Amino acid sequence: MTISRGERLANYAVLVLFAVIAVFPVLLILQTALSNDQIGGGGSFHFENFADAWDQGHFGSYLRTSIVVAILVVGLSTLFSVLAGYAFGTMRFRGSEVLFYVILLGIMVPAEALVIALYFDLREVGLTNTLVAIVAPQVAQSTAFGTFWMRAYFRGSSREVVEAARLDGAGHWATLWRILVPMGRPAVTTMIVLVFMWTWNEFLIPLIMATDESLRTAPLGLAFFQGQYTSGTALLAAGATLVALPVVVLYLFLQRHFIRGMVEGAVK
Amino acid sequence: MALAAGRGPGEPRRVAYLYILPALLVFGLFVLVPLVRTAQFSLYEWNGLGASTWAGLSNYQDVFTEPQLRGAFVHALVLIVFYAVVPVTLGLLLAAAMSRALLRGMGFFRVVLFLPQVIPMVVVAIAWRQIYEPNGPLNDVLRFVGLDSLARPWLGDYTWALPSVGIVGTWVGTGLCLVLFLAGMSRIPRELYEAARLDGAGAFREFRAITLPSLRGEMAVALTLTVIAALKTFDLVYVMTSGGPGTETTVPSYQVYNNAFLLGRVGVATALAVVLTLLLFVATVLINRVGERGQR
Repeated sequence: MTISRGERLANYAVLVLFAVIAVFPVLLILQTALSNDQIGGGGSFHFENFADAWDQGHFGSYLRTSIVVAILVVGLSTLFSVLAGYAFGTMRFRGSEVLFYVILLGIMVPAEALVIALYFDLREVGLTNTLVAIVAPQVAQSTAFGTFWMRAYFRGSSREVVEAARLDGAGHWATLWRILVPMGRPAVTTMIVLVFMWTWNEFLIPLIMATDESLRTAPLGLAFFQGQYTSGTALLAAGATLVALPVVVLYLFLQRHFIRGMVEGAVK
Repeated sequence: MALAAGRGPGEPRRVAYLYILPALLVFGLFVLVPLVRTAQFSLYEWNGLGASTWAGLSNYQDVFTEPQLRGAFVHALVLIVFYAVVPVTLGLLLAAAMSRALLRGMGFFRVVLFLPQVIPMVVVAIAWRQIYEPNGPLNDVLRFVGLDSLARPWLGDYTWALPSVGIVGTWVGTGLCLVLFLAGMSRIPRELYEAARLDGAGAFREFRAITLPSLRGEMAVALTLTVIAALKTFDLVYVMTSGGPGTETTVPSYQVYNNAFLLGRVGVATALAVVLTLLLFVATVLINRVGERGQR
C-alpha cells in the first residue's frame, strides 16, 4: 500500500510528539542534575553534583546495597528457575500439574499480600533489618515467574537434541547445563534482564523490611532523600539520575529483551 | 497467558523432585506461608505489639464501610481510567490512524516510547513532582500562554491531585500501548484492508471489523500490564503525595502500608491486602478471558 507524502509526515509528527513527551521528564531531571544550585557559581555543566550526591547524599552506599541485592536475587532466582523449569518442562512426575498451577497463582500475588505478615514473622526470629529479609521474598517471587518462563522454554526445546545427548551418554544434569542452557541463552537473558529490572526498581519490600540506613536500596534512599529536600534541587536530581542509570543503560543495550519480556511475561 | 499445562511431557523421573526442591522451598517459605499468614492476620485485631484478639470478619467490614478505606478503592478505579483506559484508547486510535506503511526509524521510536516503563517509579515520581511544582514547567507554560488562572500547586489541590497522579500513569502506559499496537498492526494482512475497501467499507467500519479484532491479543497484554500497575500503585503516591492532600490520593497499597505501620491496625491492613489480591486475580482472569475469546 502506497501512502502519500503528507500522510507519512503526519505519522512521523505523531511519533515525534509522543517521543518528546516520553523523554521530557527524563531530560528535565538530567538538566536539573547538571544545573547550578549555589548562587554565584559559574560554568554551565555541574558534574560535581554527582560527586556530591554520591558522598553527601550517600547514594554511593545506596547503590552498593542495590547491587548486592540485585546480584543475590538475580543469581539465586535464575538458578532455582532453571532447575525447576527443566523438571516441569521435560520430566513427568506425580503432582507436577498441581505444583505448577500453585506457582503460577503465586506470580499474581502482589507483594502487599506478603510483606506485612512476613515482616512480623521475621521480627519474631530477629531477621528483620537484614539482607535476608530484603532478598528472600524477592527471590521467591522472581523464582515463581522464572519457573513459568523457563518451563515454557524447556517445553519448546527440541526433543531430538535431548535424545542425541542421551545417546552420547549424557545424563540429565549434563544435558541441562551443557546443551539446553547454552542453547537457551536468549530465554535466560530475557529472564535475567526482567528480574534485574524488577529487583532494582522494587520499593515496598525494602521499605518495610529494612529500617537501617546501611540497608537502604537506591530507590528507597532516593525517596527518603527527597523527603528532606525541596524538589527541583540539583542534588536530588543528580541522585535520581544515579538511581535510574543502571537500568536505563542496560535497557539501551538489551531493549529487545526488555520489551519482549514484558510483553510475553505480562502475568506479573 | 499460556495456562494450558496439558500432559506432563518427557519421561517419568523421580529426580524431578530434586530439581524443583529449591524453588518450592523458597516459594513455600516466602510466598505461600506469608500469604496464609496474611489471611490469618486479617481475622484478628492487632496493633503489631501487644496481644491480638479474634475479630472475625470485622476487618473486612471496615474495608468496605470506612470511608477512607473505601475511598482508596475508588481512587484505584479512577487511576485505572488514567493508567489503562486512556493509554489503550489513545494507542488504538493512533495506531489505526497511522497508516500501516512501513516507517523507517521505527526501532528508534520503539526504544524511546517504551522508556518510561523501565525507569524506577521513584525517579518518575521525582521528575513529575518537579513538573507539578508551583513554579514548575507546567505552570510556567500555562502562564506563558496566558492561562494564569489555571496555574496551581497541582499536587496540593484537592480536586487536581488525583488526576495529576493519574496523568503520570498515562505517561508510563501510552508508549507501551503504542509500541504494542503498532507491532500488532504490522502483522495484519493488507489484503484484508484492500478487500474491505473494495466492499466500500469506511474508515470506521474498517477499524471495527478488522483492526479491533486483530489486536485483541495485544489489547489483553496492554490491559493486563496497565490495570495491574494501576491497582498496585504505591511508590508514586508514597513519593509524590503521601496520600494527600487530606486523603485525596490514597490508594489500596498505600492504605495497607499506612494501616500496618503508621496506624497500628495490622488486621485491617492485611484484610485490605487480601481484598486487593482478589481484585488483582479477578482483573487478570477477566482481561485474559476476553483476550482469548478474541483469538479464536
